[in-house]
Amino acid sequence: VAVLVSVICSPPQNYPLYIRSVPTENELKFHYTVHTSLDVVDEKISAMGKALVDQRELYLGLLYPTEDYKVYGYVTNSKVKFVMVVDSSNTALRDNEIRSMFRKLHNSYTDIMCNPFYNPGDRIHSRAFDNMVNSMMMQVC
Amino acid sequence: TEVCGAKRVGYFGPAQFYIALKLIAAAQSGFPVRIESIKNELPLPRFMALKNDSEVRYGTPAELHGVKFQVPHATLDKNSYKRTDEGDKQEPKSPPMSPICSPPASPSTYQRIPLSYGYGKSRSGLEQQHGAPYEVRHSTHQQDGPSSGNYGAKPALACSTLNRSLSAEREQQDSSAHYSDDPWRITEEQRDYYINQFRSLQPDLNSFISGSMAKNFFTKSKLPIPELSHIWELSDVDCDGALTLPEFCAAFHLVVARKNGYQLPETLPETLLPEYLQAASLKPMRDCALFDSYSESLPGGQQARDFSRTEKASAEEVPDKSALLQDAKKDDKQALKVSTALKTIPKEFQHLTVKTAAQESNALKARPRSRSYSSTSIEDAMKKGEEPPTPPPRPQKSHSRASSLDLNKIFQQNTQAVRSGWLPPPPPALPPRPSVSQTEQVSEVELHPQMNRPPSQAEENSSAKKEVVLAQPPSKPARRKLRTEAQGLETPELSPTINVTSSLPAVKPHVPVQKQSSKQKRAIQTAIRKNKEANAVLARLNSELQQQLKEVHKERIALETQLEQLRPVTVL
Repeated sequence: VAVLVSVICSPPQNYPLYIRSVPTENELKFHYTVHTSLDVVDEKISAMGKALVDQRELYLGLLYPTEDYKVYGYVTNSKVKFVMVVDSSNTALRDNEIRSMFRKLHNSYTDIMCNPFYNPGDRIHSRAFDNMVNSMMMQVC
Repeated sequence: TEVCGAKRVGYFGPAQFYIALKLIAAAQSGFPVRIESIKNELPLPRFMALKNDSEVRYGTPAELHGVKFQVPHATLDKNSYKRTDEGDKQEPKSPPMSPICSPPASPSTYQRIPLSYGYGKSRSGLEQQHGAPYEVRHSTHQQDGPSSGNYGAKPALACSTLNRSLSAEREQQDSSAHYSDDPWRITEEQRDYYINQFRSLQPDLNSFISGSMAKNFFTKSKLPIPELSHIWELSDVDCDGALTLPEFCAAFHLVVARKNGYQLPETLPETLLPEYLQAASLKPMRDCALFDSYSESLPGGQQARDFSRTEKASAEEVPDKSALLQDAKKDDKQALKVSTALKTIPKEFQHLTVKTAAQESNALKARPRSRSYSSTSIEDAMKKGEEPPTPPPRPQKSHSRASSLDLNKIFQQNTQAVRSGWLPPPPPALPPRPSVSQTEQVSEVELHPQMNRPPSQAEENSSAKKEVVLAQPPSKPARRKLRTEAQGLETPELSPTINVTSSLPAVKPHVPVQKQSSKQKRAIQTAIRKNKEANAVLARLNSELQQQLKEVHKERIALETQLEQLRPVTVL
């Protein structure tokens, strides 16, 4: 079971502040997936208008011939995006769980922000954040 | 050093110390210095002649502090004392295997403590006190004590020979997990230093240091930013972007440890948790009180007897962490008294001995004097250090004996002010702990029947504080973002309370008992008032949060309807 979590910084840079996936092979493919999903996220944001927080995005459109997986997106008020990629084989993963995972991610992200030594736009090296992400991914797999 | 594996580990851990001690004993007995010789039945090592060498050896690892001129002074003093004390120390040194022997051993230990102060390493002396009472408390004895393990963990600073001598004198139990993780335990000197640093950044001890201020301050320590970031993560327990005093002490302590070469832990060690630090800070107040009253009544010769008595009393107490710290500090004061009896009495101590019967007056007199002295001593220390976050004891080497005494008084005065202040922003983890420690305080105070007034004072204070603590848990469910707001609101409310409570002790000496009860009432009333205000604030917060929640709900509903509309479009 594969799962990937990434935090993308705010536009216009749109580079990943953090990417972590459970099976570390095929990571490049995941990176590519995340990158392409950014376009979809931007589309959703612009479509929303005044609504800011996109709790969930079910992106079934991106299906590869060999495997299918779902890409979920989440945007914070500061346009920082969280992208999560999970295997479609993982049917046990419900929408609520995805939402709670994103909420946890968001909370950990704000904790990082509280750290005065963290400059927004830096890569995220926080051990607490890593631990949280690892535990979350273990839960999914 | 090499044989005992210190080089391998990088510092003198407990095991290394024990081995080192045994090696010294072996060497002195004429056995070759090898690991195997430890297995023999060795006499307790004599540390007389060895102290100079070891002092020098441990002087060099003291990186950031160049105050070595004290060392020759100290060793001279010590040698003279050693000769006189050597005789009476030999008997207690003979392996006592029962707790009964340890009280007699302790006075002699305390006599040796002036030597440690003569070293000018007052911090290590204080550490010894930590170790010494702890050792007393344990009934089983082994050759090597946890105290040596403690100080081994602070290689540059530990007055290793003295620690070894302590453990050699008493055969201690090697089991204390508390002291074995000593790198993360804050001594009083360090705590005072941190508190002073906190005050320099933020005069109000009860409120926060903002993130940017803390960042600038800790950046001065020249640690790499990722490490500082990790230290922040560890120490900012409530994740509010600001440091309270215990959080600041923990952060500072981590910086100190890191500069000494320790790796940062993954999680905050237990001894650095804010509630632990709060509990620890509450102890010394009572100890100072007890000690002060003891010092009044005891001329030099009787002091040893009383110390042994209090030690026995302390041995009865439940040995948990807070008790350790508290008794350690109590014994600190006792040792200090002995040292003054043995040496020329510094002016501050003369004041202490001359004081009146009332505990508050003692504490008060010591407080203002020590405040000024401490600021000057810390400033001197600061100048000797290279940068502000330099670990405190090294710069303070310049103050040799006097500083160690003052540190206890500083702590007295600080904890009085700080005690209430630390309670307002308790981290989410363990609210019952401060109250537990307070109940322990109360019960321990009652063990000393001589202190009638101090226990009532302590009880009244602790009951007032308990109410404060109980008021805190209801505030915890408040959302994190708003917590700082709530805390900011609460702290101004608490500071008037603190002012009141500190003004209460400021009543002059010879306070009759009726005044104490009225003080009690006043304290309770202020606590009630503060709680009511806190309740009002929380109610306001609650209503605001409810409104926000409603708005968010509306937004969410709008989003979901939009999503539903869009979905048939995207799924082609």
